[in-house]
Amino acid sequence: MLEILQDANFQWVLFGTIILGITSGMIGCFAVLKRQSLISDAVAHAALPGVCLAFIIVGNKMLLVLLLGALVSGYIATYCIQYIVDHSKIKEDTSIGIVLSVFFGFGIVLLTYISNHLGGNQSGLDEFIFGQAAALSRQDVQLIAIVSIVLITITLLFYKEFKLITFDANFAKAIGIPYQKINSLLMVLIVTAIVIGIQTVGVVLMTAMVIIPPAAARFWTERLSVMLMLAGTFGGVASMFGTYISTLALRIPTGPVIVLCEAVIFLLSFFLAPKRGIVSKKWTFHKVKKTHHQERNNRKHKVIGS
Amino acid sequence: MSYEFWIILTGVLVGVTCGTIGCLLIIRKMAMLSDGISHTVLLGIVLAYLISDSLSSVYMLIGALIVGMLTSVFVQYFSNRGIHTDASIGIVFTSLFALGVFLVSVFANQVHLDIDHVLMGEITFVPWNTFTLLGMDLGPQAVWMLGFVLIVNTLTIIYYYQPIKISSFDPTLATALGINVIFIHYLLMGMLSLSIVASFESVGSILVVTMLIVPGATAYLITRRLSSMMLMSALIGGISAILGYYIAYLFDVSIAGSMSSALGLIFIIVFATKLLTQKYTRYAYKKFALNKNQPN
Amino acid sequence: MNALEMKGVSVAYQKEMVLKDVTVDIPKGKLVGIIGPNGAGKSTMIKSILNIVPRVAGSIDILGESYEVNRNKIGYVPQKEEVDWDFPTDVLDVVMMGRYRHQKKWRKASSEDRDIAMDCLKKVSMDTFAKRQINQLSGGQQQRVFLARALAQDSPIYLMDEPFTGVDAATEKAIIKLLSSMKAEGKTVIVVHHDLQTVQEYFDSVILLNQTVQFSGPTSEVFTLDNIQQTYGGALQVFQNEDNQPSVIQS
Repeated sequence: MLEILQDANFQWVLFGTIILGITSGMIGCFAVLKRQSLISDAVAHAALPGVCLAFIIVGNKMLLVLLLGALVSGYIATYCIQYIVDHSKIKEDTSIGIVLSVFFGFGIVLLTYISNHLGGNQSGLDEFIFGQAAALSRQDVQLIAIVSIVLITITLLFYKEFKLITFDANFAKAIGIPYQKINSLLMVLIVTAIVIGIQTVGVVLMTAMVIIPPAAARFWTERLSVMLMLAGTFGGVASMFGTYISTLALRIPTGPVIVLCEAVIFLLSFFLAPKRGIVSKKWTFHKVKKTHHQERNNRKHKVIGS
Repeated sequence: MSYEFWIILTGVLVGVTCGTIGCLLIIRKMAMLSDGISHTVLLGIVLAYLISDSLSSVYMLIGALIVGMLTSVFVQYFSNRGIHTDASIGIVFTSLFALGVFLVSVFANQVHLDIDHVLMGEITFVPWNTFTLLGMDLGPQAVWMLGFVLIVNTLTIIYYYQPIKISSFDPTLATALGINVIFIHYLLMGMLSLSIVASFESVGSILVVTMLIVPGATAYLITRRLSSMMLMSALIGGISAILGYYIAYLFDVSIAGSMSSALGLIFIIVFATKLLTQKYTRYAYKKFALNKNQPN
Repeated sequence: MNALEMKGVSVAYQKEMVLKDVTVDIPKGKLVGIIGPNGAGKSTMIKSILNIVPRVAGSIDILGESYEVNRNKIGYVPQKEEVDWDFPTDVLDVVMMGRYRHQKKWRKASSEDRDIAMDCLKKVSMDTFAKRQINQLSGGQQQRVFLARALAQDSPIYLMDEPFTGVDAATEKAIIKLLSSMKAEGKTVIVVHHDLQTVQEYFDSVILLNQTVQFSGPTSEVFTLDNIQQTYGGALQVFQNEDNQPSVIQS
């Protein structure tokens, strides 16, 4: 079992998924706190037509080009969601649903167009729907690592601004923070974090990588900085275990196992975290009820006594 | 009956069934729950297959229905305990979907399920998979199943129309009026799961989401009452299926994808028209006000 | 028999006690104001009567019976921000919702119900808006529609959560006139209110609430400077005017 850890190919894959876990976990914190978790779902789905169009225009499957296509269409998707909400009575969740399904449907159209008309070699593009961690090459991982470092650096540089606009957009505007610009920057970061992971874990499960670690981290702390670090750690740890477990049996794809590891971390946090966890909450509620009844009984005794 | 006819009929039935129930999701602000459930039915199908050891539609229907309901129960559970609803949906459906994919690959030599098929559907196979009774060929199974679900949904919606409407608009009033709001919620979830299960086998989970959300959202823009919104939505769902089929035929591309794109197109047209008329009315009004203020 | 009897009602959200040992009797046929500072638990008190929030302790009797028996004796007017005004429906339809208990399933609403609904709209001077889409109403009009809906419920007891917030002066006058006429018909109207200036003018009785009932009784006896000060914990500036009545400026 241990020799697989020394396999160079495995090491690259492991390295790649851990970095993805850390980055998406950290940046996902802002999406979750802005109550925009499902926008990440829409972005992940909306990447598909971008990937296909990039392939149709450029004509090769260079990862960087495909990712740029995904980035552009992912960003357009977030813009469309906001535009529909701003210019009609349609609410955000419906708007997300419209953009997600129509973009993805159009992506499928393009995918079948490529396979039926452009020589039929769509196999590499299929990976973007379901993910294929085992197929990560050394170059892919290097690209992921470089982009991740850039993303995390920008997050740290603009930490204060992001924190302000996430917590209270109006206050941020009032004290003169260029809200539009900072918000767009944050959106670009979120979209990029999603896009670099799609090829590895797939469209649907990339959403999980962005939402679950932050949601789990939220149970342990009241401070954003700690939450960022915890979410990154959870994402990284889940990726590590997930990747290792999936290599134990050859046929099991990596993405689902990573997400299942994240789900376990989430459930542990949800039930067992101090203060915010369910067990601890039930306990305090019980205590409040008990002291309340006790107080009442004491008072009654006093009345009788006097 | 021709091959083409059955495919279009299946598409139209999906459009009408999902279009109607989708309206109720939109006004209750639960649109994304449909995205969640349409992914988690995969788990239901895998489990049904592993337990019953057959690929029969009935077992799949039951399995998917149970997991669909469980999805909404879990989402409700987490969002009642301090997790914002959209995060709760995201967590639950991705985890259950991951579990589904995981099981498919672990039991790959027993489960002959194609995940591609689940996501994108195989409407082109619909006409070949027919329902026979006493040696008579009664047409595709998918059409029978969709027709059945459509009738059940329609009767349920008509019977519970008032309670559904009141509890969607003002749950507190509904409780005060003695309406069982929780029952209505799970009734809707049941209808939603049934519609998704009946539809996705032929059109795939993504077109199901489109058919659930986009027709309703388009109708929401142009109608004034819930009843007309549902009728309009069903109509749009049906038309888009026909339109989508011919687009797919013309460009030789995925039928489900084309139907999604056709819906997107209809939505954009309605949205833009609405926006332009609004702008024009505002412009005309301004001009009118200016003229009035000008001294002769 | 009293309209409402609350005995030792306590409500907690997580660790916070929101209501503590609320014990109060509300007699029939009165116009009652629930007054108190922000976070005093005014809305929670209404919701506990409607059995929407879980109670830690205590019991509530409605016309001498439990909530389960007499739930349909209560008409409720929520804060208007609590519903989605983009909902696809028109004014008359919203009022018709109040007639729900009188309607039969499978059947279209009877013309009698429709007439009653139109009558209720007339009482709030909104009958000309019957076919109007609800998202085209002003705040005051929205409040009137809610009142018309409550009238259509035709209940002996009404609970209203801040009906005067965000409405124009004309609507406020119209509402208070309507409430008085409801009282004249023997109905009990309980209103959550936050404008201290108008309390004496509007209500027969008041309940001064801050977590628990600080004072309750006829307005003339209970709504005194000392009592208000004590309820608000000294966070108010109060002036005495010539008639020795408190005139209050919130700070």
